Amino acid sequence: MNVPENLKYTESHEWIRVEGDVAVIGITDYAQDALGDIVYVEMPDADLAVTKGDEAVNIESVKVAEAVYAPVSGSVKDINDDLENTPELINKDAYGTYIYSIAMSNPSELDGYMDAAGYKAFLEAQD
Amino acid sequence: MIPYLPHSEAEIEAMLKKIGVSSIEDLFSDIPEAIRFPKPLNMPDSLAEADVFSEMGRMADMNKTKLLFTGGGQYDHVIPSVVPHLTGRSEFVTAYTPYQPEMSQGILQVLFEFQSAIAEITGLPVSNASLYDGHTAASEACTMAINARRKAHIMLVAGTIHPHTWTVLSTYFGDLDVKLVKLNETAGRVELKTLIAALEKDGENVAGVLVQTPNFYGALEDLNGWGDAVHEAGAKLIISAHPLSLGVLTSPAEWGADIAIGDTQPLGLPPYFGGPSAGYIACDKSMMRRLPGRIVGETTDADGKRAFVLTLQAREQHIKRERATSNICSNQSLAALANTIYMVAVGPGGFSEVSERNLDAAASLRKRLTEELKLEDYTGGAVFNEFTVKIPVSREKWLIPFENAGIAPGFFPSDLDSSQPENLFTIAVTEKRTAAELERYIECTREALG
Amino acid sequence: MKIEPDQLTAFEGTRPGAPGYRFPDADIPAGKASVPGSLRRKIQAALPELSEIETVRHFTNLSGRNFGVDLGFYPLGSCTMKYNPKLNEDTAALNGFSALHPLQPDEDSQGVLEMNGRLIDGLCKITGMAGGTLQPMAGAHGEFTGMKLFRAAFRARGEEKRTRLLVPDSSHGTNPASAHLAGFDVVTIPSGSDGMLDPSALDPYLDDTLAGIMLTNPSTLGLFETSIQEVADKIHGAGGLLYYDGANLNAVMGRTRPGDMGFDVVHINLHKTFSTPHGGGGPGAGPVLVKENLLPFLPVPVMVRAGDRWKRDWDRPQSIGKVSGWYGNTGVLVRAFTYMLSMGGNGLKRASDLAVLNANYLLASLKDVYHAPYPGPCKHEFVLSAKTLKDTTGIAAMDIAKGLVENGIHPPTVYFPLIVHECMMIEPTETETKDSLDHFVDVMKELRELADTNPEALHQMPQSTAVRRVDEVRAARSPVLSHMMIGDRPD
Repeated sequence: MNVPENLKYTESHEWIRVEGDVAVIGITDYAQDALGDIVYVEMPDADLAVTKGDEAVNIESVKVAEAVYAPVSGSVKDINDDLENTPELINKDAYGTYIYSIAMSNPSELDGYMDAAGYKAFLEAQD
Repeated sequence: MIPYLPHSEAEIEAMLKKIGVSSIEDLFSDIPEAIRFPKPLNMPDSLAEADVFSEMGRMADMNKTKLLFTGGGQYDHVIPSVVPHLTGRSEFVTAYTPYQPEMSQGILQVLFEFQSAIAEITGLPVSNASLYDGHTAASEACTMAINARRKAHIMLVAGTIHPHTWTVLSTYFGDLDVKLVKLNETAGRVELKTLIAALEKDGENVAGVLVQTPNFYGALEDLNGWGDAVHEAGAKLIISAHPLSLGVLTSPAEWGADIAIGDTQPLGLPPYFGGPSAGYIACDKSMMRRLPGRIVGETTDADGKRAFVLTLQAREQHIKRERATSNICSNQSLAALANTIYMVAVGPGGFSEVSERNLDAAASLRKRLTEELKLEDYTGGAVFNEFTVKIPVSREKWLIPFENAGIAPGFFPSDLDSSQPENLFTIAVTEKRTAAELERYIECTREALG
Repeated sequence: MKIEPDQLTAFEGTRPGAPGYRFPDADIPAGKASVPGSLRRKIQAALPELSEIETVRHFTNLSGRNFGVDLGFYPLGSCTMKYNPKLNEDTAALNGFSALHPLQPDEDSQGVLEMNGRLIDGLCKITGMAGGTLQPMAGAHGEFTGMKLFRAAFRARGEEKRTRLLVPDSSHGTNPASAHLAGFDVVTIPSGSDGMLDPSALDPYLDDTLAGIMLTNPSTLGLFETSIQEVADKIHGAGGLLYYDGANLNAVMGRTRPGDMGFDVVHINLHKTFSTPHGGGGPGAGPVLVKENLLPFLPVPVMVRAGDRWKRDWDRPQSIGKVSGWYGNTGVLVRAFTYMLSMGGNGLKRASDLAVLNANYLLASLKDVYHAPYPGPCKHEFVLSAKTLKDTTGIAAMDIAKGLVENGIHPPTVYFPLIVHECMMIEPTETETKDSLDHFVDVMKELRELADTNPEALHQMPQSTAVRRVDEVRAARSPVLSHMMIGDRPD
């Protein structure tokens, strides 16, 4: 499984790329594989205030609907408009396709998340 | 001997041998002693067909079917003979939900056609393969509106909807963070200014507005301006409509509805003491992914050929589990089949014709009761196939002549909603009623008033 | 997109000017209604125009592209696809039932009220409960009703803080959804490695916030939860209630009763256990039965006896209200009661006996062909897993299912319950003959062989059905849900 080095990872299979005080968020290759063909991504409203753990995004595949949780608190900054018409971009390139970003209110919330090595080990322990 | 249990004794023996037990008892040995039911069920033994039919016939005969002038959500409409014959085909009747599309194209296409027909009569393009009934469809539509507007938890509900719908809504939302606010009627209708005042009061907490037309009294609500007012307030407009009224009356889409709902009983189904029928729901494309229940879509198969399939299932309960926004798992498929056959059988001309005839039939009796017999009409204005009058005599005096004549004359709204004045009486006249039957009604009325 | 002639919808087959339905000659003069133009629609509904014979051919042909129990084997786990007796259709067609209006008074409705009352009585005897309602129209609807009854019971006790509802991880998706809709917080309890509920898994939740647990017994794995009394004691001990999902009742009629197991609220799927037809997905009926202490909360109206008459009792101040518009799917109830009379107490018990016999026979015949995670004995259904098959041959449960379709057999339930990978849940019911079961085993063996010798052939199945495997991704990504939306096709 593909696990890029420069990202942080959550136990619910989201990746986070930190750009200053913005957290750019997507789902991992493992997650897109488990979901199957993605058919729709339900985005949050821009500027929506989120608390860590809130259900921020909903991803629908043919068989499954999964929530993507906000890994940090703050407000929604950007959403990836391409996903409206071509949600399958996530399947094709999970790490190259961000879903949304959060302007963080409390960057120390990032501390608990896994690095690439940690996530790899986490995936191995799952199976 | 029970005909539905096809095993022979020899076959049972062979099967027990294959399993490796000596008797069927062994297969239940894991049930703890303390909860075993040790005696025969305290019920009569099995019966032959003819004896069962006899008993069921006895009970059916105890029911007094009458000439129906009673409506209130279930109506006595014409059912073309093709409807029961085609819905009785056992390939439809004995099929399960079409989860294996390759062997279920029949029912899938029927449901696609049902969705298409509902889209046509409501004017809203997105529909589903039916809900339980019109009353629960109202709660599903309200749920859609509430989920579409973050933090909005108020539904404005016209005071002229069917009381059972109000009760179902109260039951459904009673334990959730949803507030139902009644829009009070003025002489049998809800006025635009009442709506506007309510929208102004609660503003962005209002998720949606639900109104029924024709309403519970049979009156047609004038919804001019409702769409604009509701949308300006950022909420959704839900209109509940008797499907046959849509043959000639303004469609929900034309009124600016975001969601249209109703009960499909008038489309080819008998009154049947209230069920089964189906609920229909249709919406604007923008709400497509919020639509609950089963939905059939068109796609292609491995050879590039058209194929129908259940789709948008990720929203359904069996995937979202506790995050589902509805728990509906089934639809009323066979009822929807009947409805589809009805709409195809009557066609656009028949659909308009039957609608006009309902208007004429009700108008005719209404005119005679108010002009000749001087009964006071409650709502005034336009009605569809049902209207409400005030009865100037006691309940018993009113009902007895009809009882003797084998006529179900209508119903008292106060029987369904005790806050209603006790002298209101609602009468339905459908395309099935003849001039002679109306004459009998008039005679009973004369007798009651005399 | 290729469209065969018999795939054209009625809308596409519309023939302008075709005669439709002839309504009776109107002897009430037209034009008496005064409905202003502002209340009339501007754009007419464009329903299809087909003559009567075209309508009949259209739908008759569609029925020919559908598969029902009357055509062949339908071993869907937890669906109980038993034979739908034709007598039930005859009694359901009796005019005395179908022409009755729900607003007619009790005096006019004694027959149907008696039938409803006796149906509830019979269901109570089978389940060990005290009374109930016939209003819910499906199992999930019954579950929702049951959850509302829980809420009402706790409210009456002043214990609104009881908001935590437990469900096992093997439960049907409607269980947590129904609980959630009633305002409960759902906690999923993991099953033990033997597939059974582990009572000790409940311990962390046995406090005064516990609402209770929703279970089916036997479980969706077809195993009887032998620890059920211990579970009931724990839940009741903590002040909670137990809800029984009746989907699997066909396994135990006359052998044991949910009421005796300790359940407080039960729903029954009449379209499963009581032979009413599935109709392509409904209408069904999901009556809910309760113990004595919960009777006051039942939806209104409640059918009660008044001497030798029956009446609808609306005077129930503690009732939860209504969960559907009238009194339930009466047409379905008539069929179920007909079945109850036909089978009798002895017949219903025998039905469960033979349902369990049939399932065990299949399990014994197939456990050396596919991997059986719980090799037996089972109750009325059992599960097989295609996981090892998938790992070695690439053939998944879906491919076996399509192979069965190709052979004119409806597949079992696949991919449920979620706790078994590549799951196939098989429930034959008691109305299958030994020959039918043997044929199923033969086909399953052939498919197993094919998985080893020619997996590609399985991936291509079905070949001989009306359509082949469908593109579900396209359907969900670019939905076309009506004739009106045809313009939204992606190509």
